[in-house]
Amino acid sequence: MWHWEANPLNVSSVLAMIIGGVVILLLTLGVVTYSILWQRKLIGWIQWRIGPNRVGPLGLLQTVADVIKLLIKEDVVPAKADRAMFLLAPIIAFVPSFTVLAAIPFSAHHVFTANISIGALFYVALSAITIHGVMLGAWASNNKYSLIGGMRSAAQLISYEIPLGLSIVGVVLMAGSINLNDIVEAQAKSGLWYVIPQILGFIVFMIASTAELSRTPFDLPEAESELVAGYHTEYSGFRFAFFMLTEYVYLFAMAGLFATLYLGGWSGPLLPGWLWFAIKAFLYISFQFWLQATMPRMRVDQLMSFSWKVLLPLALVNIVITAVVKAFV
Amino acid sequence: MSLIDEKDQVRTEEMLLNVGPQHPSTHGVFRLVVKISGETIIDAEPVIGYLHRGTEKLAEDLQYTQIIPYTDRLDYLAAMLNNYALCHTVEEALGLEIPERAEYLRVIVMELNRIASHLLFIGTYLLDLGAMSPFLYVFAERERIVQMFNELCGARLTYNYMRIGGVKWDAPPGWLDKVRAFVPHMREQLKMYDDLITGNEIFLNRVRGIGVYDTETALAYGMSGINLRSTGFEWDLRRKKPYSIYDRFDFEVPVGKNGDCFDRYYLHLLEMRESLKIVEQALDQIPESGPVLGKVPKLIRVPAGEYYSGIEGARGELGFYIVSDGKDKPYRMKIRKPSFLNLQLLPKLLRGQSMANLIAILGAVDIVLGEVDA
Repeated sequence: MWHWEANPLNVSSVLAMIIGGVVILLLTLGVVTYSILWQRKLIGWIQWRIGPNRVGPLGLLQTVADVIKLLIKEDVVPAKADRAMFLLAPIIAFVPSFTVLAAIPFSAHHVFTANISIGALFYVALSAITIHGVMLGAWASNNKYSLIGGMRSAAQLISYEIPLGLSIVGVVLMAGSINLNDIVEAQAKSGLWYVIPQILGFIVFMIASTAELSRTPFDLPEAESELVAGYHTEYSGFRFAFFMLTEYVYLFAMAGLFATLYLGGWSGPLLPGWLWFAIKAFLYISFQFWLQATMPRMRVDQLMSFSWKVLLPLALVNIVITAVVKAFV
Repeated sequence: MSLIDEKDQVRTEEMLLNVGPQHPSTHGVFRLVVKISGETIIDAEPVIGYLHRGTEKLAEDLQYTQIIPYTDRLDYLAAMLNNYALCHTVEEALGLEIPERAEYLRVIVMELNRIASHLLFIGTYLLDLGAMSPFLYVFAERERIVQMFNELCGARLTYNYMRIGGVKWDAPPGWLDKVRAFVPHMREQLKMYDDLITGNEIFLNRVRGIGVYDTETALAYGMSGINLRSTGFEWDLRRKKPYSIYDRFDFEVPVGKNGDCFDRYYLHLLEMRESLKIVEQALDQIPESGPVLGKVPKLIRVPAGEYYSGIEGARGELGFYIVSDGKDKPYRMKIRKPSFLNLQLLPKLLRGQSMANLIAILGAVDIVLGEVDA
């Protein structure tokens, strides 16, 4: 494997970094675009509808058209909003979502992602920054629904960050490393994906990650039937698109983390590594869309008590079990 | 003594929040001004009238037959029942005899309309609670009923099908067979809703023990329909004060146990099953042919006096009170609108609840603002 980040900084390595960044950005935008299309198609089928099929062959350009429409919309800033903060918030929310992708190993021979020695920690720590953007946007909008949505968002993300982080500890203990590449290689070597020995942690991860993504049944921050649209009620045009983009980039990133931690990342027989990774990430993304079409929304107090009273103890139990097994078996 | 002094505690400010009139979950133009602390509701005040069209006043300038289209616009989800309620009151005042076939057709369309209305309740209620799929499923079923109504009377929402003395037209050929085919299909669908929704743990946690009141309170506030029956009080005008030909059918009046939002949801589901039973029996009993409009004078003049007659609407007792001075127009008309009365208890139910429960409680009351505002 060629570790470009270990090479001396010269023109070619800087160029490689820039190209790498652009390629990942384009890849991510492509994934986001077609995730949204897949979401609409899949949920359409579940809900006895056809889904988009008009723009482009098989409706493949629907999301592209939607993005263009969003980008050319008027950029409305409410008169009594905190203008600077209102404009800045979507960027603060988006930047970490894209940055965490740097830690995800897309394939065995990756050239564009950083082989960070503290990959898992990097992901968890950086993703927590997004909440600042959401809170700022909610506060700066000067809208009561936005404010409640922002507050809910903060409470939810902080509460579920803990079981999510702790669920990863089990995997880290098994692999003996916090480096995401090492975790994939450990699974590839043992021939056993961690979803089996870490089934408890896996369940906690699946639930906590759904809450972290604010997806159904944990979509309280933007609960349409309660808070109109929650923290992004006042956002329109490309600033709204930024919040949307943040959500879907996180979905992709979380799918990558899921594949890496529990399904052996890029490892698998016959097919190339990147394809294995894509298949596994696709499973997670589709699962989230399926949930969205099936579940009603939880109440905020139920959501909080579920995190602190159910998920957190389960995650701790998982760590203890893993540690004991690791020490004695 | 408290470990934390009051001055050290986090200070919170109460906030006034306008839920509606343009809010996705107020089921029309309904405004609820809530005072909240955090997400806890301190007080709630319903503000109505955004859809007010003065139907009762307008009726004073209209002949009785001309009022029927206005009733379509009251509870626009159950227009057949509204049509009937007015016609029935006038018919009672006139002592008119209704042809058999017309009575059966009326019962069939009213019960189908009740199902269509309840379906929309189930869908919108689940949408209020964050689940979108059931909303789209119920529209598929509702569409079948609406299509049948379209074939029957040429309208999908404002039917204007009932006439004083019967119905406007007989059913077109093959229409009753379509209704017959719909019954078993709808039974299957109801089973599917039951499996999909009633067994969902998240849904149960959202609606059980929420918005609870007892029979005494419900009666004191003039509630009727499912809102009253959810407390365990069996009161259905189709049974208690039979009108039309309802005494010829065998059906149950399901009642709740706890008077909570779950009971109100579940009763809607159970009532649809009973309505299907009635439709099935009506299809079996309906005469092969016959007139569908009785002998009605061209110009209807209701004898001077006061008349009231109520029917079991989709949302409770729907009644028309008419004061007549013997002319062809009512001297005064007052409509007993179940949604309006059912809504009264809302502020009491909401105090101390959370924002999320506000939506759950309001949704379960099953209001139609066209009727509330009239």
